[in-house]
Amino acid sequence: MNWLLNNLDGLGPIILTHLWLALVPVVVGTLVSMPLGWASSRWPVARAILVPLSSLLYTIPSLALFVIMPLVLGTQSLEPINVQVALTLYTVALLVRSITDALSAVPESVTTAATAMGYRPIGRFFAVELPLAVPVLIAGIRVAAVSNMGLVAIGQLIGVTSLGLLLLQGSQTSPPNFDQIIVGIVIIVLLALVVDGLLALLGRRLTPWARVGPKAGAAT
Amino acid sequence: MIEFQSVTKRYPDGTVAVDALDLAIEDGGITVLVGPSGCGKTTSLRMINRMVDPSEGTVLIDGRDVRAQSPSALRRGIGYVIQNAGLFPHRTVLDNVATVPVLTGTGKAAARKRAAELLETVGLPAAFAKRYPAQLSGGQQQRVGVARALAADPPVLLMDEPFSAVDPIVRDDLQEELLRLQSELGKTIVFVTHDIDEAIKLGDKVAVLRVGGRLAQFDTPSALLANPVDDFVASFVGRDRGYRALGFLPGHGVPVGPVSSVPVGTAVDTARGQLTDGWAVVVDDAKRPLGWVSADLLSSSGDAVSAENLISGGSLYSVDAESGGTSGSLRNALDAALSSPSGVGIAVDSGGAVVGGITADTVIAALAEARRSGEVPT
Repeated sequence: MNWLLNNLDGLGPIILTHLWLALVPVVVGTLVSMPLGWASSRWPVARAILVPLSSLLYTIPSLALFVIMPLVLGTQSLEPINVQVALTLYTVALLVRSITDALSAVPESVTTAATAMGYRPIGRFFAVELPLAVPVLIAGIRVAAVSNMGLVAIGQLIGVTSLGLLLLQGSQTSPPNFDQIIVGIVIIVLLALVVDGLLALLGRRLTPWARVGPKAGAAT
Repeated sequence: MIEFQSVTKRYPDGTVAVDALDLAIEDGGITVLVGPSGCGKTTSLRMINRMVDPSEGTVLIDGRDVRAQSPSALRRGIGYVIQNAGLFPHRTVLDNVATVPVLTGTGKAAARKRAAELLETVGLPAAFAKRYPAQLSGGQQQRVGVARALAADPPVLLMDEPFSAVDPIVRDDLQEELLRLQSELGKTIVFVTHDIDEAIKLGDKVAVLRVGGRLAQFDTPSALLANPVDDFVASFVGRDRGYRALGFLPGHGVPVGPVSSVPVGTAVDTARGQLTDGWAVVVDDAKRPLGWVSADLLSSSGDAVSAENLISGGSLYSVDAESGGTSGSLRNALDAALSSPSGVGIAVDSGGAVVGGITADTVIAALAEARRSGEVPT
């Protein structure tokens, strides 16, 4: 507890940095995975390539991905962009499959009706298919956001500062500074819970239709 | 008028869905495309709004090639109703109906106002406007589907097996509703079904297609029942076609005779004296039929004829008492007689009150008379 009180001033900026590192990839990843998911729900060939590829991508250990990023991107090894690009890849890896599945799950009668009403393909995507994919999309984004919240801390090992600093510093002293480690863990968990909760709330606001069921008396 | 001019649809794998179809669909009527699966009826329908493009041949609407417009512009001017309604689950009923007007640039408020009127037109309460499709039954969803197709007031309405996924009773309601709507709106409706009974009931003209996408016969329902061109059409039209053809003959030639009736609550001894051939129909205060009593039943009854202890009656044959004419067909008349436990079919007026009885003999005699006077198509 003493550690927390003594270091309260420095925590604010580090929390903001942590959120920035973790959440920008969620936004960028979502934007990137939408056209990919759309393509793979539309063309079997695209699906056969993109879905296994994204699953494979997710199996690469985060530390390894952080380390090779400078080689791929031509960046300096300490730049935060390395962590953010890697986390964007994980987000894409998670979301491509969910978006593909969500779009494929839109009933054919609904898409056929939309086409017959006179929607063009792009208009149909934004007006009908994407809104219907929102529940699955939000579920995927929640997983990505929470997982990024933890993965950012690992970026500390390649020198990109985040709340991981508390864990690393705390474990490098002798004896280990358990106060510092616990504070780091608790803040990361709390941030993850808050972000997850906010996303869940957003999902509910966006999909009032998903919470209705057949009403009694509608049986004629 | 919608014209198919030697239209063929061949898929890359060589399957021919529609084969050299020539068809002229008149304005203002219901034209039904009917046939077994694989006969190309849905493909043909979808060539009208370019959901499918023909491999050869031309589809014209009012003399204009459908390919003269972009598909989306063409489709916004043609109503479309699909099986299972295909409503947008994320939009309220009102916004579903307003879809096409909003797409064509009508302001949202005006489109919603129009949508609310249409809900009334298709017989849905205004309270449904704010509900989502998942809160509606299948039949209600299909009514919304029809309202949505009508929203932009298109002259042409395409209906692709719209009622095949609902239960028979609801289907009957929806069919009646469609006929009622059509009598008010006079759209050019092209209706696809695999159900020949539905085709006969709804169609002004019926096109029977055979597997491989060839037109077998294009005729009025009564001509189809009376004169199928070949064995395929005859077997498709069904084995009761002679009986069902009676549905197209008006029953005005059937004489309505007397029938013994006793009001409910009549003393059993009095009722026994009223029986004709051992039967009498029991009526309520408004003379509406409740069921039958027989001599056997009366001997096991208590003191008076009760509404509970009756033999249930058959179908009713309705007669319009004011004009002296009839709203039933020979089929209704014959069915009333055949389904009645006493052999006497009950004729009722528009208020449902018993006006008399008919027997199968009199229906057959009326049929013979109609045949002599040339009313039966040959």
